[in-house]
Amino acid sequence: MKKTFLVAFLSCWISSVVIAADSEPAVVYDMGGKFDKSFNEAAYMGAERFHKESGMQYRDFEPTNEAQRTQSMRRLAGRGANPIVAVGFGYAAAVEEVAKEYPDTKFAIIDMVVDLPNVQSIVFKEHEGSFLVGALAAMASKTGKVGFVGGMDIPLIRRFACGYEQGVKHINADAEIFQNMTGSTPAAWNDPGKGAELAKSQFDRGADVVYAAAGGTGIGVYQAAKDDGKLAIGVDSNQNHIHPGTMLTSMVKGVDVAVYNAFKAGAEGKWVSGVQVLGLAEDGVGWALDEHNSSLVSDDMKAKIESLREQIIAGSITVHDYMADSTCTY
Amino acid sequence: MSATRYEVPGWIGTVLVPTINICLAFLVSGLIIVVIGEDPWQALDLLISGAFGSQEAVGYTLYYTTNLIFTGLAVAVAFHAGLFNIGAEGQAYIGGLGVALVCLAGDANLPTFIIIPLCMVAAALFGAAWAFLPGYLQATRGSHIVITTIMFNFIASAVMVYLLVNVLIKPGQMAPETRTFAEVAWVPFLHEVLAPVGIKLARSPLNLSLALALLCCVVVWAFVWRTRWGYAIRTVGQNETAAVYAGINPKRCIVLAMTISGGLAGLVAMNEILGVQHRLLIDFVAGYGFTGIAVALMGRNHPFGIVLAALLFGALYQGGAELAFEIPTITRDMVVVIQGLVILFCGALEFMVKPRVESMYRWAHRTGTGS
Repeated sequence: MKKTFLVAFLSCWISSVVIAADSEPAVVYDMGGKFDKSFNEAAYMGAERFHKESGMQYRDFEPTNEAQRTQSMRRLAGRGANPIVAVGFGYAAAVEEVAKEYPDTKFAIIDMVVDLPNVQSIVFKEHEGSFLVGALAAMASKTGKVGFVGGMDIPLIRRFACGYEQGVKHINADAEIFQNMTGSTPAAWNDPGKGAELAKSQFDRGADVVYAAAGGTGIGVYQAAKDDGKLAIGVDSNQNHIHPGTMLTSMVKGVDVAVYNAFKAGAEGKWVSGVQVLGLAEDGVGWALDEHNSSLVSDDMKAKIESLREQIIAGSITVHDYMADSTCTY
Repeated sequence: MSATRYEVPGWIGTVLVPTINICLAFLVSGLIIVVIGEDPWQALDLLISGAFGSQEAVGYTLYYTTNLIFTGLAVAVAFHAGLFNIGAEGQAYIGGLGVALVCLAGDANLPTFIIIPLCMVAAALFGAAWAFLPGYLQATRGSHIVITTIMFNFIASAVMVYLLVNVLIKPGQMAPETRTFAEVAWVPFLHEVLAPVGIKLARSPLNLSLALALLCCVVVWAFVWRTRWGYAIRTVGQNETAAVYAGINPKRCIVLAMTISGGLAGLVAMNEILGVQHRLLIDFVAGYGFTGIAVALMGRNHPFGIVLAALLFGALYQGGAELAFEIPTITRDMVVVIQGLVILFCGALEFMVKPRVESMYRWAHRTGTGS
């Protein structure tokens, strides 16, 4: 009796799992973890927004090593999760492998292009957004010296740095830019102490605005700016609220929107595969202006940035992409 | 001392005490899981079935085990010479460089049976070279091996990031990785090897590197306990002054032990790079070098113990991932806590349990025999 009950219960449970899993979307984060206050957290916010609006559950996973990237995606696909959004270029090989094995499942990858019929690749023009915040930094700077703190020295971060440099030089061709990378291990994405030290050393050399593209390390950079009464620029998410009054702006990257849109398109059956390049024109990247930094941005500055934005969209200013030729000569 | 040792048989220290320690670690982990509001029995069930419940699960567990055997052996060999090699992480990372260079240069025109042994030699040589320098500095200058090997981990990381971002990267791509190597250089997966003989296995990253790891265990055992060099290394590790008195050159032993240690660590690249990823990528070692320290300590620096300890940690890696996958409130950090508790109880708190178990055994033995 007990056994039949158990079997009945189990079969109900299994069938309910199958039903629930039918089109349950899933997101797999990058190594930084979902609460990095930056890139991955933006993806998490997008997934949460979808969950709140639609009431649908979703699955997520944070890997701890390379093998788990493929493993988790295969497990999710095997359970019927659809669509599966992979956050970060590190998933390229995993997406390519698993998307071939599950041709009926839809996949999306952020920050990388994987050319398969069931994969949507979402890449951002970080250089365009960085150009705008660079221009704003040059306008806000009194010393003509600005700083940049990167996480790890990888091509993606050089793209941020290169766009920033062009924006700064566009406003003030004589401006001096200090660039530092936090480290050479993945710990560089989450080392606020070192971020603060690097920012301080840049302040000592005369910088009065610093832009951090370093994930969780940025928190230390913003704190150092607040302590020294300098200005800082946030990245990926809108981080203006962290220190109102010393956060000049944030270079917002629409990872949250990308994840939300992918989930929504999957749920509504409006999925499109292929490459989506999100720049200023598509509102995929941009600069953040809200009540926390409105006192720092004068109307002139705002007008200038908006006009630069329109010129980039119109094509009268082209921002050089570091990835195009792996150099920052423009 | 010798009298008490006579009374307590070896299995108490090698089997019973570690088992009790692991159970205690799981007990504390269970309490923590209760505190965060989950069912500890379900968690334990998921952990065990996640690690051993299916062919795929066992495959992943053994794949992690392979990495940990290499790093565990590496730490153990150095430990026999009294050296604490914290640098297996960096040595494995540089070992990957050796493999990648051979593959990038030769995978177009070398056959499998030449390129794979060549990669193996390169992995071991590069890893060995990375350990040789701290070993040499320790032997000749007295620079403390713990400090230098930790520093060499960072240097390795910096060198690899530089090379992958600027030199070895496949041009025009975002991820700092080399191109994928040609298939001739891949170490075959076990499910592919066994398929032609009619054994069907679920797909997993488990590859023939496991055989290499087990072979290394035998070789290390023979080297440490059955050769003159191994004897010299152990003598230096136990008492350097006595070793000098016995006519052994400690400097040579230190350098030799470190070189072998680094070579073993470098072989991680065979499993990770040639076995699974088939390309060199940033931070592929992912902490196996550090976990290897715990594996060596738990395994009492003996190859057999290392295999068991590596299996335990491999199971914790794989079962832990499944646990985090199935129960969202148990995050990957929680899994690290469980691993940490196992290390704490089996390593640091070993002497909390051992004397009590031994005195209990003596008491039971005395009353049992009536003596």
